[in-house]
Amino acid sequence: MRWLLIKDLQILRRSPLLVGLLIVYPIAIALMIGFALSSPPGKPKVAFFNEVPKGKGTITFGSQRVNLADYVKQLYRSIDPIKVSTRDAAVAKVQNGDALAAVIIPSDLPSEIANLVNNGVGNPTIELILNTKDPIDREFVNQAITTRLNEAEQAISKQVLAAATRDLQQVLNGGTVNIAGENVPLLGLRNSRTIVQSAIQTLPTDSPVRTALKQVAAFADLAIEGLGFASPVLGSIGTPLTVDQTELAGKTTPTDSYAAAIAVIVSLMFVAVLLAAGMLAIERSENAYTRLVRGLVSPGKLLSEKVGLAAGCAAGVTLVMAALVTLFVSLDWARLPLWLVTLVVAGLAFGAMGTLIGAVARDVAAASLLAFLLSLPIAFIALVPANSVSSGLKSVLDAIAFVFPFRAALQAVDNAFTGSSPGAGWPLVHLAVLAVAFWALARLALRRFAS
Amino acid sequence: MIEASDGQLRPRTVSGSEGPSARAPASGVALASGGVPPSAPPGPSSATLAARSLTKRFGSRVALQGVSFELAPGELVGIIGPNGAGKTTLLSILAGILTPTDGEIAHSDRTIGWVPQQPALYSKLSVAENLRLFARLEKVPDPDETVRRMLTQTGLEDRADEEVGRLSGGNQQRVNIAIGLLCEPPALLLDEPSASLDPRQRERLWEFIDALAGRGTTVVFSTHNVAEVERYADRVLVLVDGELLFTGTPGELEQAVGGAAADLEAAFVHFLHERGH
Repeated sequence: MRWLLIKDLQILRRSPLLVGLLIVYPIAIALMIGFALSSPPGKPKVAFFNEVPKGKGTITFGSQRVNLADYVKQLYRSIDPIKVSTRDAAVAKVQNGDALAAVIIPSDLPSEIANLVNNGVGNPTIELILNTKDPIDREFVNQAITTRLNEAEQAISKQVLAAATRDLQQVLNGGTVNIAGENVPLLGLRNSRTIVQSAIQTLPTDSPVRTALKQVAAFADLAIEGLGFASPVLGSIGTPLTVDQTELAGKTTPTDSYAAAIAVIVSLMFVAVLLAAGMLAIERSENAYTRLVRGLVSPGKLLSEKVGLAAGCAAGVTLVMAALVTLFVSLDWARLPLWLVTLVVAGLAFGAMGTLIGAVARDVAAASLLAFLLSLPIAFIALVPANSVSSGLKSVLDAIAFVFPFRAALQAVDNAFTGSSPGAGWPLVHLAVLAVAFWALARLALRRFAS
Repeated sequence: MIEASDGQLRPRTVSGSEGPSARAPASGVALASGGVPPSAPPGPSSATLAARSLTKRFGSRVALQGVSFELAPGELVGIIGPNGAGKTTLLSILAGILTPTDGEIAHSDRTIGWVPQQPALYSKLSVAENLRLFARLEKVPDPDETVRRMLTQTGLEDRADEEVGRLSGGNQQRVNIAIGLLCEPPALLLDEPSASLDPRQRERLWEFIDALAGRGTTVVFSTHNVAEVERYADRVLVLVDGELLFTGTPGELEQAVGGAAADLEAAFVHFLHERGH
């Protein structure tokens, strides 16, 4: 088996294009993942036209003032604004591709908001123009802008509610109110009731005014009680829902570490499956298989050699890849021995799967094509989120994912990188069983197809 | 295969799933007049390789039926027959690649050399690396010395470090044969060795094979080129539809059709025609 391994390494050494591809491909993926994870998403270019004249963007609710400019600044944090001076210019920027979208703030926005708050009528509207050419870009810019607008909307609502609550308190308890620049004292319902009740005490019992004042006092009682409830209700409208977040026991995986584990396993899968399938197919396309198994090497040993070669090469390449990923993503180097074990065991499982493909295919091109055609759906099926499909389909996908190494390999490597739950034990056992099963199937396939 | 430490042949009987009743009787082998009858049952003899009543079935199809013969040391034997006659199946059984459904094969204690029709070589390895790899896998006592000897024997010393994929078809076939000879086998089986070669390469190949037989190696080859058999073979086996219809010298085959044919090829065609093929 040693001589076969040396022979395969010699062949690989003389196939620089293949080896280059097998090394460059995962490293390129590692670098791309790293850059993607370490770089925040860029701001979308958005044409911005504010029709509200300078100094006219302030809205007053009672004693409360809201400046629209503050919210425009918040919006600028999410976009790369291209300021334009007309609506047509904004539309043109979107049409000619200079901007992904345009935001137009009409001149009547402050008055519409004030009317809505003060009189209950009005329709304050901001115009958003999106370029629909690219649906992904469209969704990206739509989310960036609507998120900020929702924040602004909520903030303004809170301000309005706070002003209304304060005004209610003044109606209840009294205070001062600014009218035309002058502070005017406000008596308040409670004080009014006290005064009325005092006045009632001074009146004769048969005084007709006394009966009328009692009615006023009763109304004041009812109003005080009702408005007393109204204040906390108004306050709660500003934040109707509170999310109380609880994390259950078990260490979770950071998203970037999980993405790194996926990248490593995808690369490991391609290197191991393609190498095992291709190197076994070479034996047949070079007509050497029959010569080898004619007493020189048993088919089982030949398969084991291919699986070992594929696992060793794939583990080596992806270890380098993981080391590169750590430049961008924090992985636990203290668990390096477990990294090695999981990469090798996963490589053995994928390598055994590759030998099955190589045993069925008659030549290298067919084996490579078959390896690609099988590997991609295996990865996709294993990565389908559990709650994104119906329970029936989920069971089918789970069963398919169970009989291929991708999901178990991902769990094992994810645990090895970060120590996340569940542990690597069962996934490693699962991978070892799959390696043996695929090896046995490949042995049967050789008996069926290679004689 | 039969192994014997004393150089004598030991028979091995192979019974297929069909059971003894399915065994083709030796008397079923048709012989042309003038031909040599099938060999006696393998036992202690001077033959390098012997087959008796070899039968091979693939499902319901009979690929070989009751084939028997013996091969002497240094004998050069050609197997001819129409397409699908069972030539490759017979060689594969003799080489140990296929197991006969029924029948016996006997050979001395040394491995039989086998050279497949297509060169079974690694095109990315050099000539020497291919030879060295198979020498090590064959567990020959001194692989490097064996490689040197085979390079000399094949006349490829100056091409030793060249990748096999860059060699001509003729040179690739020489390396292919050299690998079959690494363990110095007493008999060498060649499946259509000159099929893809031009006349010059074919000539050089036959010189090489002739020299091998001259050194005492029994050589059995299959071919569609009857002229090669006429020119080089000591004996010819005619296989048709899995049955051995004739075994004898090329001259005996010509006589078997009454000496009317101009050459062996014409005699072969006439022979097949007489038997309804």
